[in-house]
Amino acid sequence: MSSNAITVPELQVQEKPWVDTLHGWVTTVDHKRLGILYILSSLFFLVIGGVEAIIIRIQLIHSHNDFVSPQVFNRMFTMHGTTMIFFVAMPILFGFANYLVPLMIGARDMAFPRLNAFSFWLSFLGGLLLYFSFLGGSGLYGAGNAPDVGWWAYAPLGARAFSPGHSSDYWTLALLVSGFGSIGTGINIIATVLCMRCPGMKLGRMPLLVWLNLVMAGMVLIAITPLSAAQIMLLVDRYLGGHFFDTQAGGSAVLWMHFFWIFGHPEVYVLVIPAFAFLSEIIPVFSRKPIFGYPVMVAATVAIGLVSTSVWAHHMFTVGMNSYANSFFAITTMAVGIPTGIKIFNWIGTMWGGRIQFKVPMLFCIGFLFQFLIAGLTGIMQAAVPFDWQLSLSYFVVAHFHYVIVGGILFALFGAFYYWYPKMTGRMLSERLGKWHFWLFLIGFHLTFDVMHIPGLLGMPRRIYTYEPGRGWDTLNLVITIGAFIQAIAILLFVANLIISYFKGAEAGNDPWDAWTLEWSTSSPPPAYNFATVPMVESRRPLWDLKHPEDPDSLYE
Amino acid sequence: MQQVILELHSRGHLVQTWGMEVQRVKITCRTALCSVVFLFFCLSSAAAVTSLTSPTNIFVPESTPAKSIVNLSIFVLTITGIIFAIVFTLLVYSIAKFRAKSENANSEPAQVYGSAQIELAWTIIPTLIVVVLVLATARVIHAIQDAPKPASAVEVTVIAHQFWWEYRYPQLGVATANELHIPVSDPVHPTPTLLRLLSADTDHSFWIPQLAGKTDLVPNHPNSMWMDPERTGIFLGQCAQYCGTQHAKMLLRVSVDSPHDFAEWIREQRQPAVVDERVAAGKRVFESTACINCHTINGTVASGRFGPDLTHLMSRTTIAAGAALNTSENLRLWIQDPEAIKPGSLMPAMQLNKSDLDALVGYLETLR
Repeated sequence: MSSNAITVPELQVQEKPWVDTLHGWVTTVDHKRLGILYILSSLFFLVIGGVEAIIIRIQLIHSHNDFVSPQVFNRMFTMHGTTMIFFVAMPILFGFANYLVPLMIGARDMAFPRLNAFSFWLSFLGGLLLYFSFLGGSGLYGAGNAPDVGWWAYAPLGARAFSPGHSSDYWTLALLVSGFGSIGTGINIIATVLCMRCPGMKLGRMPLLVWLNLVMAGMVLIAITPLSAAQIMLLVDRYLGGHFFDTQAGGSAVLWMHFFWIFGHPEVYVLVIPAFAFLSEIIPVFSRKPIFGYPVMVAATVAIGLVSTSVWAHHMFTVGMNSYANSFFAITTMAVGIPTGIKIFNWIGTMWGGRIQFKVPMLFCIGFLFQFLIAGLTGIMQAAVPFDWQLSLSYFVVAHFHYVIVGGILFALFGAFYYWYPKMTGRMLSERLGKWHFWLFLIGFHLTFDVMHIPGLLGMPRRIYTYEPGRGWDTLNLVITIGAFIQAIAILLFVANLIISYFKGAEAGNDPWDAWTLEWSTSSPPPAYNFATVPMVESRRPLWDLKHPEDPDSLYE
Repeated sequence: MQQVILELHSRGHLVQTWGMEVQRVKITCRTALCSVVFLFFCLSSAAAVTSLTSPTNIFVPESTPAKSIVNLSIFVLTITGIIFAIVFTLLVYSIAKFRAKSENANSEPAQVYGSAQIELAWTIIPTLIVVVLVLATARVIHAIQDAPKPASAVEVTVIAHQFWWEYRYPQLGVATANELHIPVSDPVHPTPTLLRLLSADTDHSFWIPQLAGKTDLVPNHPNSMWMDPERTGIFLGQCAQYCGTQHAKMLLRVSVDSPHDFAEWIREQRQPAVVDERVAAGKRVFESTACINCHTINGTVASGRFGPDLTHLMSRTTIAAGAALNTSENLRLWIQDPEAIKPGSLMPAMQLNKSDLDALVGYLETLR
């Protein structure tokens, strides 16, 4: 399937039989092809995770609905969360990082091309393992198939007493395997950025996208390792008689929570920092101005990276920590809002005084700015610990983090698709379909996730397969479900745009947006070696210098 | 600079179509904006109506911890609201003011790289806001979490099970399930209720939005919380931490009683089970089947702890942790086919014949 939908730069490859083309893609170590593989596999899982979300929303359309059983519902939200975080969001961002980082620093590939291929296939295999649970999860116990422990699998739900059969083993192994893939990618990005830059590309001249992915890669190493350790401990509990999390033998449920969230919160920033990276490239180009406060943007990102490693227990305010611990994590959590706010201000500063072109990539970035502002402010509300004692574990939280992940990260990703698709395929995505996609998705998103805050304030907990009438939740849930369908239609338009434009889109040329970073200096799609001659740069915007020899950036930096 | 290998592409065709596209965007913007605003209006009115009547609205507090949370939340909402208004205005202004116009589409705007003063300003101001928010938050954390326990406090041990609630009153010698009774607290002579939170199996969370924030019940990790309801009545809530298949139907029902009613309720709950010779057959069924493995009825041989205490079953309004009303049809259905009421609950179908079932339900209905 994918072999047809992918651009093949060299002419002679197209004449090969499809088996050879497929073989070429499976055995590739080219960072661009691996990037595209990451993106395609993520889109595949995005559609599956989306179908799960729709099943969840149909079940919740009114009180006491019985569209699916509680068992199926619990599997759906577990699989939805796990899929979207581990097999959509992370790999799709890795895909863009893989594709763009070497091009932007003027390198010919990643530092470790084979490790790169290995990481991709591990992460893809992880996704397949997770979904194999639908077939293999029952084990000999007939205990039901896919995992139903929630995407954070709080102990002791994951213990054998409460999760017999193999469903949560598939969950554990899927995360472990894809986690090793993520660590490989993290190491690779760091090595690439530190060692593969072209002449003149000092750290202070790297495009912000590269800087932000460097920070992201460092955070992957910090975040994924405790998760992998916890998964191994859980396997020891389940099969080798360990008692780390086995509460019936004196193990600690709270220990698992700490392990999980020491992973889980930096993970949020692992996802959102690449989204920041897209904005930091797209907003300047469509405002026709350089990024405002480049050094501050870098410093704010590093600050977010550092502070975000000490905020994890804000996921645990209801777990019963003492008042000092609660206050500490309130301080760190609110503090992480400062560098995040600085970033938003700098993006506004970039637009300020510019000449903003409302092309589809920019529309999605502007959507991001509004939505991420709201997501940040609802985050501050939850950092006010006593307020969180009401909000935590309710639909308010679900609305909040979907605001971050859909309203923020997914919007930025859509922007990135519209912006870099021409580079990846040589064809423009349709602006017209893109605008339909944007507006439909925006309306669906706000219908669903604005409204979703309210049932949380009215006492509706998350992860319930049905609810009681008379609590004021029915109308709201109906509206939320309608919004979900509008979003689904918008996603279908997007996929249609990807496919149609691949065949019928306008020719992109090398530099359709009149942009300034190195990837636009080579052909679209770039040749396997990226650059015929290794470029040399003298400023943060090498193409600006070239286009404006009378007024180069290098004079001001 | 000349060494850079660059193959630049003409952008002529982009400039040509630019004016048309701006026009189209404007129209699409306006239609979309109007429909969004209209929808919001409908929704917010619907939401306002429903939230007024919701028994689980966090903004209608009836107890000190819930009230101090609302006060803090209004403070936080005000500050975040102001931040939102300012940043939102800046965003809208810059988008509206600095849109590209056809007359200058060919030239580039002034290239501004940043400003140390501005950066400093928008670092310091948010920092000050954070300091204020942190102080306000820490104060309320301390006030709720470290509140001294008055001697007049009623202590209840809450033990969460998959998927029901066990309540024990150690000072009063009472054990019951699913429906909690606590006394109303007079502000002059407060009688707060202190809940000790334990779990028998997985993680759960105790949440009555109008009385207090939620606190988890974690195995091997005892927690506590308190509430001092200011009015009598029924308060609703439910388990908030995912605990397994029937997390959704692990409902909470708290009856806040006047001091007199509470004393009366305690007196009744301390009685052993009613003995009624007319239902001896049903009692025999109960005592000779698996019922006694899980359920306790004081004064009989039944002393199981795995399921709810049934000594005063008929004093409760609901069965199956609030999943169904306590009527004889529901009792019968619950014994015969629990999956029909609460699929995935740990109550087994008892496979009784009709006469045994009749007798058993008859017996249970005497347990007042």
